[in-house]
Amino acid sequence: MFILKILFKNAFRHKLRTSLTVLGITIAVLAFGLLRTVVVAWYAGVEASSATRLVTRNAVSLVFFLPISYKEKIRQVPGVTEVGYSDWFGGVYKDEKNFFPNFATDAKTAIDLFPEFIIPPDQKTAFLRDRKGAVVGRKTAERFGWKLGDIVTLKGTIFPGNWEFVIRGIYRGAQKGTDETQFFFHWSYLNESLRKTAPYRADKVGWFLIGVKSPDVAPDVAVAIDKMFKNSLAETITETEKAFQLSFISMTEAIVVVIRLVSFIVIVIIMAVMANTMAMTVRERTGEYAIMKTLGFGGWHISGLIFGESLVIAAIGCASGIALTFPAAKAFGDSLSQFFPVFIVARSTIYMDMAAGLIVATVAAVFPIWRAITLRIADGLRRIG
Amino acid sequence: MGNKAPIVEVRNIFKSYRRGTQTVPVLDNITFDIEEGEFLALMGPSGSGKSTLLNLIAGIDKADSGTITVGGIEITSLSETELAGWRATNVGFIFQFYNLIPVLTAFENVELPLLLTGLSRSGRREHVDLALKAVSLSDRADHYPSQLSGGQQQRVAIARAIITDPTILVADEPTGDLDRHSAEEILHLMERLVHELGKTVIMVTHDPRAAGKAHIIKQLEKGVLNSDVHSQNTF
Repeated sequence: MFILKILFKNAFRHKLRTSLTVLGITIAVLAFGLLRTVVVAWYAGVEASSATRLVTRNAVSLVFFLPISYKEKIRQVPGVTEVGYSDWFGGVYKDEKNFFPNFATDAKTAIDLFPEFIIPPDQKTAFLRDRKGAVVGRKTAERFGWKLGDIVTLKGTIFPGNWEFVIRGIYRGAQKGTDETQFFFHWSYLNESLRKTAPYRADKVGWFLIGVKSPDVAPDVAVAIDKMFKNSLAETITETEKAFQLSFISMTEAIVVVIRLVSFIVIVIIMAVMANTMAMTVRERTGEYAIMKTLGFGGWHISGLIFGESLVIAAIGCASGIALTFPAAKAFGDSLSQFFPVFIVARSTIYMDMAAGLIVATVAAVFPIWRAITLRIADGLRRIG
Repeated sequence: MGNKAPIVEVRNIFKSYRRGTQTVPVLDNITFDIEEGEFLALMGPSGSGKSTLLNLIAGIDKADSGTITVGGIEITSLSETELAGWRATNVGFIFQFYNLIPVLTAFENVELPLLLTGLSRSGRREHVDLALKAVSLSDRADHYPSQLSGGQQQRVAIARAIITDPTILVADEPTGDLDRHSAEEILHLMERLVHELGKTVIMVTHDPRAAGKAHIIKQLEKGVLNSDVHSQNTF
């Protein structure tokens, strides 16, 4: 108790300096936390992917389609439980800035393959019955004020024209990290139209989504599917959903690397600021440490006092930074939900914030501790008076 | 006096400092004894080596050669860590500028050395109450150093010095920063420590009046000890 009192009193002996240092650490931890959350959000799709889902796409590129006829062949592969398919629709609602991901999909299978999308049973039935029906995530519905039964028109970019949909379901995520911004509708609605307007694009899909019995059989199933379509007109690449998601991330990896780098630079900068504060503090108290040594306090005691003080300042700044990260992330996530459908502060981010605080406190205290414990008492006493 | 066992034995002490490439001798073959319960004053002009000698006896500096034995322990052979432990229980320090910790109250400043002992909180409180009573500052226990006068701060420092019941008390110019009245109070208090509690006090001073309170005055000049002057204050 006595020691804690000394630590806190020492930490706030120079109130302005300590307050500014605490403020600096708070901002640094907040910035670090937000940047880490951006990185986590970047990988949210990867994290949310299932180990029992595979994705089969055209071996050349995702922009090339696969024939719908592959579906039944894939279903025959041992280990496959379900086969669904989707197209990236790329529709725009009123204005391009109103972006949200929208897909034409094999409705029945999609619902079965994505148990993390929770749709009330009556809405599910209504969606399956309505050819023009669409299901939208809670966040996107809230963003545009859509309700069940609303008619929504999307302007096609990949598939030209104005496409009308009726909102038949609004899903919510089973977990915090589930994307609640997606919009999906019946692939058959799109395909029927294409048969009339652009027959060469009809009966083709962007990718197949395959459910497998267990994660253990996934590699064998992937190999079997790709082998089946080898030397065909549309060869395939089958990979886990995670690998599929990662292939998108890899295109933007440089940005993620930069964000990571900046987050660490922020911590290094505040480390220097904190080290300066502690160096000034210890220099001012050289005489006091000499007195304490005179009274019999050893190197460990002095080190404990300096490290403790550094820890108190860093802990207050760190705790404030962490506390502010949550509302800041909420505001950040709300304003950028079209880019980051899942923007939540992960537990690992909080642990990293804490670790950063501890490292800052430790590094900042090292040199002052060394100075204090190597100080000759007689030299220290000479500085008093 | 004269028939008691020496509590401090200083033998052939040499000490020098390096200033750049030059070696400046500070103490030159110092040998003397201090008996238990003695009040000794070290006098001499600035730079004569008296504070250095005091620091060596108190175990906060190391001699180049020679031995110092305090209470039967040869402190010149102790390591830094051993010396720290030895100082905690054997030496009470009184400085010219009091050197109290400003963020601690008078009570907490006096309590500080007891943190190194195994005393319980209630045991520490009991000791501190007694020490503050001995320096007549019980009513100022909750005051911070900035709320106390110079004389009162020095009395707190004395309470801190005696709290562990040390073998010797060392005082470096204890009245140097005080007005005449406060200086008298402090000197009277130090006399009481010697007379009533039997403490051994070694005091460095420039002030002849302060030195007059001591039993023996030793004069240092250019690092060499001159013959003793016995004060009239002997008993």
